[in-house]
Amino acid sequence: MSFAEQFQHPLGRLSLESLPFWQMLNDPTRGNVINGVIGTAAALMVVIGTLVTIAMITKYRKWSVLWSQWLTSPDHKKIGIMYVVLALVMLIRALMEALLMRAQQAFGLEGGFLSPDHFAQLFSTHGTIMIFFVAMPFLTGIINYVMPLQIGARDVSFPVLNSISFWLTAAGAALVMISLCIGKFSTGGWFGYPPYTEASFSPGVGPDYWIWALTLASLASTFSGINFAVTIYKKRAPGMKLMVMPLFTWTALCTSIIMIFAMPPLTVAMAQLALDRYLGFHFFTNELGGNMMNFANLFWLFGHPEVYILVLPSFGVYSELISTFSGKSLFGYRSMVIATMAIVALSFAVWMHHFFTMGQSANINAVFGIASMLIGIPTGVKIYDWMWTIFRGRVRFTVPMIYSIGFIYLFVLGGITGILLASPTIDYQVHNTVFLVAHFHNVAIPGALFGLLAGYHFWFPKAFGFRLNERMGKVSAFCWIFGFMLAFFPLYALGLMGLPRRSVAYTEPSYVPLEIAAFLGAILLTVALVTLVVQLWVSIKQRDKNRVFAGDPWDGRSLEWSVSAPPPEYNFAVIPVVTGRDAFTLAKEGGKAYPLPESYTDIEMPKNSVMGPVLGAIGFALAFGLVWHILWMVILFFVAAVVTMIVYGFARDTTRIVPAQQVQQEHRRWLDAVAAATGISRADEYQSANQGLAEMTIHEVPA
Amino acid sequence: MSHEVIKHPGLNLGAAHGPQHDASEALMFGFWIFLMSDAILFGLVFASYVTLVNATAGGPEPHALYDIKSVFIETLLLLASSFTFGMASLALKYQHSTARLIGWLMVTLVLGVTFLDFELHDFVSMFAKDGVPSRSGFLSAFFDLVPLHGLHVAGGCIWLICLVGQIAKYGVDTQAKHGVMRLALFWHFLDIVWIAIYSVVYLAGLA
Repeated sequence: MSFAEQFQHPLGRLSLESLPFWQMLNDPTRGNVINGVIGTAAALMVVIGTLVTIAMITKYRKWSVLWSQWLTSPDHKKIGIMYVVLALVMLIRALMEALLMRAQQAFGLEGGFLSPDHFAQLFSTHGTIMIFFVAMPFLTGIINYVMPLQIGARDVSFPVLNSISFWLTAAGAALVMISLCIGKFSTGGWFGYPPYTEASFSPGVGPDYWIWALTLASLASTFSGINFAVTIYKKRAPGMKLMVMPLFTWTALCTSIIMIFAMPPLTVAMAQLALDRYLGFHFFTNELGGNMMNFANLFWLFGHPEVYILVLPSFGVYSELISTFSGKSLFGYRSMVIATMAIVALSFAVWMHHFFTMGQSANINAVFGIASMLIGIPTGVKIYDWMWTIFRGRVRFTVPMIYSIGFIYLFVLGGITGILLASPTIDYQVHNTVFLVAHFHNVAIPGALFGLLAGYHFWFPKAFGFRLNERMGKVSAFCWIFGFMLAFFPLYALGLMGLPRRSVAYTEPSYVPLEIAAFLGAILLTVALVTLVVQLWVSIKQRDKNRVFAGDPWDGRSLEWSVSAPPPEYNFAVIPVVTGRDAFTLAKEGGKAYPLPESYTDIEMPKNSVMGPVLGAIGFALAFGLVWHILWMVILFFVAAVVTMIVYGFARDTTRIVPAQQVQQEHRRWLDAVAAATGISRADEYQSANQGLAEMTIHEVPA
Repeated sequence: MSHEVIKHPGLNLGAAHGPQHDASEALMFGFWIFLMSDAILFGLVFASYVTLVNATAGGPEPHALYDIKSVFIETLLLLASSFTFGMASLALKYQHSTARLIGWLMVTLVLGVTFLDFELHDFVSMFAKDGVPSRSGFLSAFFDLVPLHGLHVAGGCIWLICLVGQIAKYGVDTQAKHGVMRLALFWHFLDIVWIAIYSVVYLAGLA
């Protein structure tokens, strides 16, 4: 069918051939059957998972609760939790793909079992999902949950926009998921370089799935960045000056600034590639004046700052929990802030190191190489600050601390290999080998993922009112750390031995032992994920033993620990007044924690809004129509999107009042629980006796 | 007389508007940041154009396609529309009659739509001279940049109609005021982008 005919057909280019088992049934060669079975099993997992979820919700009659309490909620805490749930679900898929790829390479001497096309889809979806639908939603979720509480705000500045951001991200994730069941995903890698991803070389739906999933995620992140930045600038509690903010809030601010400036290049790159593919433009084609270098520049102008979007929030998490679990205020607060800002500035000046080998002059390479190395300085400052914070502290070796210490060791290694790669001469040798793969996993997993998982353990009791099982958490943390080492350290060696990244197979027998070691590492990482799921299950079962309603299970230092766990929807019955850094520790030391207010006032909160789910659904349908060239769907849902926004402009009466009396009742109930709780010493935090009230003795070591 | 607090850059409502003035702060600040992000978007599309302007691939070149007379009229229309929007903003700030506010908004709308009409004519005449986006990298970049601005103007026109609708339904209430203030920023922003297009695309292309 020609392009125009496809658009005229009511189903576009959808047909039975789009199903994952069609090729296997029609041409049952051995290779087709293996790939068909794997593809069909993956599709079945998506379908069955969705059906079981729907059936369970229906069986327990939870639809109305789900809709009114969660899906349409503008509450930053609930949106944050939904983001993290989305991230964990997507993590399962992306880790399964990693396991499959490692298995393929372990058996990849002279072939392996996957077809090259299938393998290419795996690394493309793995990268796309891990970056855009695991790391991004995870960190956005944690910022969403924690940041407003830390600055003493009742919500973000634009709660409905926040919900829309979540739903657009979810729509993008759904698009990647449905690509398992209908059609194929891109084979062009997570950065999808043209001209390979142009219509002339990849005429199928794969790159289109990738383009629209990324576009949805990109728009969502732009809105999140705007929302968070405005919230931090405009909604801080009285006395919460910029240099008083907890460091996690600082990193949230810096991340938001990067999101605001770095997402537009991605949006432009995706739009231009879409124009090429759909309307025959020539931005990145081989012929008629197209120039793919523009894509490389645009993509990495987004892509490198993106790396710091991923890692900065985790730096903030580490700062919070190292300080908390060392029982000390953070060492070098001011240098930490300056280092974070320096990283933001430098992040926009290094993108070209992603393509040193693509033909620019040696002088340009040198400039970008030096700029890349400079990033080592502020990052090094941070590492020293964390170590000085631990130094002479009363360290509790908790799950988040295990992640933090693993991070410090491993991230330094990843940083050093980064400095190596920043030198263009070395880069020429190892470019496009698995050395690079080892490097960026070495910074992304300990740097970003460990921090997010540590944050998950740290703030889980705040969000749900009970602590996670500590022993399972430790098992999981050690599995992540050692699994990571086993899976990726061999890749450094393999890279130096010359194994190109993304190889579906190889002919060099000496690769095999290291490949098998890496495969075992991938298995250990899978065990780590399974343990994490089991831990959640066990913790929910044991929740009554581990309740921390009083809200401060770890002798916390910032304002989020000064409210109940879980916090009321308005966060603070009375907006706190802040006098200095570590606001809650100051209050506890001064005997001013848990004040009884003289009076309560009505609190205005946003009403639920259907805008988020509606725009998310429209975004998904519009993207699906575009992927499959279904013209009526594109027109219908584009019009629907415009009409929805116009109708929302006419909405008035979007807030509701929580009466002072209800606030008083809830707040007094919590204060009574605090009064009834016994304070727990830091050593006993993991006993059932921990009801979320820290012992009021001061054992502060001077910083 | 009390000191008037400036809440945000640009035309403030002023203390006479009471709580509506205070409530505008975060909203307007957020919109400024959105415009900043949008400016980056335009900046990158400009950069694409500049890198591709010589990639004509044997197809028509700028001087064969651009009609400076038409573009000059478009510029005047858009500048005039920014002035009339400014008058609408003043009518809002000093609480003149709703009729005057709507009047200036409607004049702005007419100017905006006329601008779009001229621009469409430009595109049609370019198409007639084989100046289609699939012809070359240069034309691809042109038809990314200039229509992107046009789409923004079209979006602004729809927004303007909706605001007039809201005022007709609810009067000049808080949300309508904040809507007019944000659209004003958007409109002036598009004016600045157009100045850049006029200079970088048309004047440089014909020089």
